[in-house]
Amino acid sequence: MSTYAQKKGFGATIWDYLTTVDHKKIAILYLIAGGFFFIVGGLEAMFIRIQLAIPANDFLSAGLYNEILTMHGTTMIFLAAMPLIFAFMNAVMPLQIGARDVAFPFLNSLGFWLFFFGGVFLNLSWFLGGAPDAGWTSYASLSLASEGHGIDFYVLGLQISGAGTLIGGINFLVTIINMRAPGMTYMRMPLFTWSTFVTSALILFAFPPLTVALFMMLFDRLFGGNFFDPLMGGNTIIWEHLFWIFGHPEVYILVLPAFGIFSEIFAIFSRKRLFGYSSMVFATVLIGFLGFMVWAHHMFTTGLGPIANAIFSVATMAIAVPTGIKIFNWLFTMWGGSITFTTPMLYAIAFIPTFTMGGVTGIMLASAAQDYQYHDSYFVVAHFHYVIVGGVVFALLAGLHLYWPKMFGTMLSEKLGKITFWLFVIGFHLTFFIQHFLGLMGMPRRIFTFNKGQGFDAANMVSTVGAFFMAVATVVLLINVIVTIVKNERIGNDPWGDGRTLEWAIPSPPPFYNFKQLPLVRGLDAYWIEKMDGKTEMTPAEPIGDIHMPNNSFIPFVISLGLFIAAFGAMYHGNHAWGIPVLIIGMLITFGSMFVRSVKDDHGYHIHKEELMDDDKGGKA
Amino acid sequence: MKADEKFTYETWPAAPEKQTLEGKNKFLGFWLFLGGETVLFATLFATYLALKDSVPNSEMALAKDLFEIPLVFIMTMLLLTSSLTSVYAMYHMKNFNFKKMQLWLGVTVLLGAAFLGFEVYEFNHYVHEFEHTFTSSAFGTAFYTLVGFHGGHVAFGLLWFITLMVRNRKRGLDLYTAPKFYVASLYWHFIDVVWVFIFTVVYLMGMVG
Amino acid sequence: MTNEQLNSGNPKVDIEYRRKKSAEEMRYQIISFAMMIFLTLVAFVAVGYDGFSGWFTIPFILVLAGVQVVFQLYYFMHMSHKGHEAPALFLYSGVFVAFITLLAFMTIIWW
Repeated sequence: MSTYAQKKGFGATIWDYLTTVDHKKIAILYLIAGGFFFIVGGLEAMFIRIQLAIPANDFLSAGLYNEILTMHGTTMIFLAAMPLIFAFMNAVMPLQIGARDVAFPFLNSLGFWLFFFGGVFLNLSWFLGGAPDAGWTSYASLSLASEGHGIDFYVLGLQISGAGTLIGGINFLVTIINMRAPGMTYMRMPLFTWSTFVTSALILFAFPPLTVALFMMLFDRLFGGNFFDPLMGGNTIIWEHLFWIFGHPEVYILVLPAFGIFSEIFAIFSRKRLFGYSSMVFATVLIGFLGFMVWAHHMFTTGLGPIANAIFSVATMAIAVPTGIKIFNWLFTMWGGSITFTTPMLYAIAFIPTFTMGGVTGIMLASAAQDYQYHDSYFVVAHFHYVIVGGVVFALLAGLHLYWPKMFGTMLSEKLGKITFWLFVIGFHLTFFIQHFLGLMGMPRRIFTFNKGQGFDAANMVSTVGAFFMAVATVVLLINVIVTIVKNERIGNDPWGDGRTLEWAIPSPPPFYNFKQLPLVRGLDAYWIEKMDGKTEMTPAEPIGDIHMPNNSFIPFVISLGLFIAAFGAMYHGNHAWGIPVLIIGMLITFGSMFVRSVKDDHGYHIHKEELMDDDKGGKA
Repeated sequence: MKADEKFTYETWPAAPEKQTLEGKNKFLGFWLFLGGETVLFATLFATYLALKDSVPNSEMALAKDLFEIPLVFIMTMLLLTSSLTSVYAMYHMKNFNFKKMQLWLGVTVLLGAAFLGFEVYEFNHYVHEFEHTFTSSAFGTAFYTLVGFHGGHVAFGLLWFITLMVRNRKRGLDLYTAPKFYVASLYWHFIDVVWVFIFTVVYLMGMVG
Repeated sequence: MTNEQLNSGNPKVDIEYRRKKSAEEMRYQIISFAMMIFLTLVAFVAVGYDGFSGWFTIPFILVLAGVQVVFQLYYFMHMSHKGHEAPALFLYSGVFVAFITLLAFMTIIWW
């Protein structure tokens, strides 16, 4: 019978993950890799806070501080937050729409490996002559002057992992448009699926400008181009525009899925339908749309002129409206609900005031005239950590607790989870709340130290203490994960007891084909509707039949490896004679394996009806 | 319906590229990719326009000195015609006429290759006659990047068509191969769309001044 | 031009009808091609002719390019057919972002 149920050896398991095209396994890969980079970025944050704990500290040198600061931002945004979000999208979204897999399983795997090799490439800079040191925004006038290969690592690493993200975005869009189960209309899609949809659309339109910007930086730094060099007629502002045309939508790419996760949590743990579902969908789409028209608010002080500043200022403030709609909808979802204070729900409740504070400082910064005061101060640092940590990281931690049972079939300890929660939330506010005032008192961001008597001493110490709380919280979380894996207590379909959407109707973890029979969706919160009718499972929409599955493939790994090799060639072609040959070899590996993929037929295989019938552990509907 | 099922002229569906779920996904996914490519080329155009004629000293050649009508006109005609021939190929694909489809794709490839040949000549001409190079000025960098990105797309499209034609020469059309041909031809048309803007914005507007 | 899903349950039934439809579509495509060539010629002539000022020529040739692209998209790339709702949505969203980018680069990058 089917081989998947058998225990596999260690080597076979590794090979399975290297070649897998199953969205659930790719989700686990994203979770592990993203989690790893989250720890790396967190360590970098700790170094920053230790350095700034006391005045005139020499824990880090100025140059090293710049590298750590740059890598903290870059790692957290591109290598931790994005892949962790992709982990949940991969794990949950296909289940929520009742699909057996994503539209392009092969590309899904390719997207992961591109991200992975891009991230590894970027972090190898630590061992190969120094990391990038021009900030995560890498403004051209600074980064063109940066010596060594740090910036080249940044450019090439992000180029590779950005390609992976774009592929992932297209994949999710096609999955949602083409592969919804019978009855799953757009306006019956769970909010997390909706936010995946809008996020993917933002990725589709925001990543090409980043791609172009990175190419330009690559050409300028390594191939004698002059895009950003004023002496040759270039213009350094072009980088800033391109970076933020990407960078601002990127903020929404991160936060919309966080909104989606919280929307699920509020509904589940209030035992109520999400309040104002259609206005939530509308607000999500509107935020996505407005997200493309506000990028210049990052550049108010570059001198765009009062008219441009005014337009972008007003557009930015407009985003507060759909965001406010969301906040009130979440509050009204809880209103009159029967709330259970589980770990995910605690994060969700803490998220509302935290994120609102980040939003309010956002409105302050959106006013161009005021922005001249706040610009490049710790006020800005406090603001974006309130939205990114208070929004995205809270959501990732909440989502980890919420979806861990669905991904792994075991339950994270609620007790340890709550300890993590309290440590993290207290630590977070301790660290960042006071930074608002540091900023208002005049402490600039990105400085590696400050002097005694500037009035920054106590506040910085408080901030550092807070950071240690968050570090301890993370350690507790890791212990929780290890304990849970070791205990290995299996749980059923719907471990929270109040699951509303399709993913809770099938086993945890789901069988590799997800649904034995595609479910019939009768409304929003499809599984909840069936439960209210006294049923325990979904009504199938089709008879049991053969299921078509894609074959595993090692090619995505090889394609990404080729680009990884080529990137080294491109970077060192000016220093070493082997640069160009290595570049060519790498590209040949990539294009060669793409060629192999396209000439070798891969029709996948079928699981036969009889096997499905025998398979008692398989999910019904 | 299995992807490798054999067909006859009579049983061949009207929209073979969208008959299977894989085909439908490929079709939609590729259109979305083209949406992203639109933004990619727009940023290249935007940068070109911002840096047009931006040179470090006044001796250097500007757009109005470089471009000449006849060469651009020939290149435009080649690429426009190749768009028509690839439409012919898709017409025969829908009529289940594999041989004619291959023939017209072959013509498309030849026209595309001729276009690329002219582009190489053109670049060579600018480099040697005007010392207008990738590194000589921001204008040069932006020009070669924009037009070169398009040229790179043409080259990739040629390789794609050739691979498809050679790989499937014995197999013919089925629901597995039809979406592949269809999507490649969409790509080719998109390249033509970009070229329409390149000849208008870069060359014609460059000559106007 | 909604001639996409032409087969009824039995494809043999409407083979003649389909043939006619594709021939008709081919006619549209040839007309489009002729129009595109014509518009291209007009654009080149407008630029080659010294009597027009740039203030006329540039908007004029941009409009011609826009019309040509519509022909490409709707006839050559079959966007006039049914089943292109999602492609159209995303293509036009892309065009929207493209437009904003171009507008910004032509107005607020000046030094």
